[in-house]
Amino acid sequence: MPANLDGNVLAGPLSEVFQFDSTTALVECMHCGDVKVFAVAQVWEDPMGLVARCSTCAEVLMTVVETATGTVIELRGIASLRVQSEAVAD
Amino acid sequence: MVTSGWKVGTVTATRTQTPTGRSIDLAVPGWPGNVAGQHVDVRLTAPDGYRAVRSYSLASSGPGESIQLAVDRLPEGEVSPYLVDDLRPGDQLEFRGPLGGWFVWRPEQVENVQLIGGGSGVVPLVAMVRSHAAGGSAAKFRLLYSVRAPEDAFFADELAALANDTFELTWAYTRTVPAGWPTPPGRVNRELVERVTFAPSPNLMTFICGPTGFVEAVSNILVDTGHDPARVKTERFGGA
Repeated sequence: MPANLDGNVLAGPLSEVFQFDSTTALVECMHCGDVKVFAVAQVWEDPMGLVARCSTCAEVLMTVVETATGTVIELRGIASLRVQSEAVAD
Repeated sequence: MVTSGWKVGTVTATRTQTPTGRSIDLAVPGWPGNVAGQHVDVRLTAPDGYRAVRSYSLASSGPGESIQLAVDRLPEGEVSPYLVDDLRPGDQLEFRGPLGGWFVWRPEQVENVQLIGGGSGVVPLVAMVRSHAAGGSAAKFRLLYSVRAPEDAFFADELAALANDTFELTWAYTRTVPAGWPTPPGRVNRELVERVTFAPSPNLMTFICGPTGFVEAVSNILVDTGHDPARVKTERFGGA
């Protein structure tokens, strides 16, 4: 079954926490080692929040929950995150 | 002190685009401008405090303090029925953005661009077509726009009027074709893609936006026909 959404939808929730644009950030999967921009992650909408999975191995990269009092992010499957400057964002 | 990104815009106009969708113009004091392809998150708050947030692409781009969204009503939606059926000029809308720096096209980009949109997934692609037309870019643009029937097309008249030497528009009708249309209705398939879209090239960037199934199917066709996955950008909005 294809993912419901993709990493583009994380831009808003993650903008509450990070200064950088998350969709162009390069994410290294802790499970399979693949490195891809966050925009291509598979994202499922759960009643609790958003679950982002690696588009290569489908393991969980991150969960994001927005509540009335703040945003909770679990970075359980991310080995590294490389923030790109605009010049190389494509 | 953490500053949250929520802003308030005031509806200045709405316009029916399709039987289930419309465009919404908003005045947003202090809007920083945006790049074509970016989106906003719209937040509705119920009287009991329950909140729902959904992402909507901007049909507008560039500087200025007015923006345009276009929204299709999802039958079970928590946000879109309000935006399509109830929101009126003068109403205020809470949102954050502009968001996303990956699924974007900038006027200084010189490579040719293939756009492939399904249903309301055309909205960010419309922003790119408008930005391309306004900037006088030499890049060649093509848009393959898949809709169920002619009346389901967003910005149909404007897109048709923008077609010229540097912007080629192709319609794909999945259920109902206009009278006299040369081919029967059908989903976007490999034959159509190979016939009307740009061939694979390092001088090409492709943007696909639509329902998840549409995006998966079309991006698979492109990769199967030799396109570099790194030059095929996708944005899925869920749905059918």
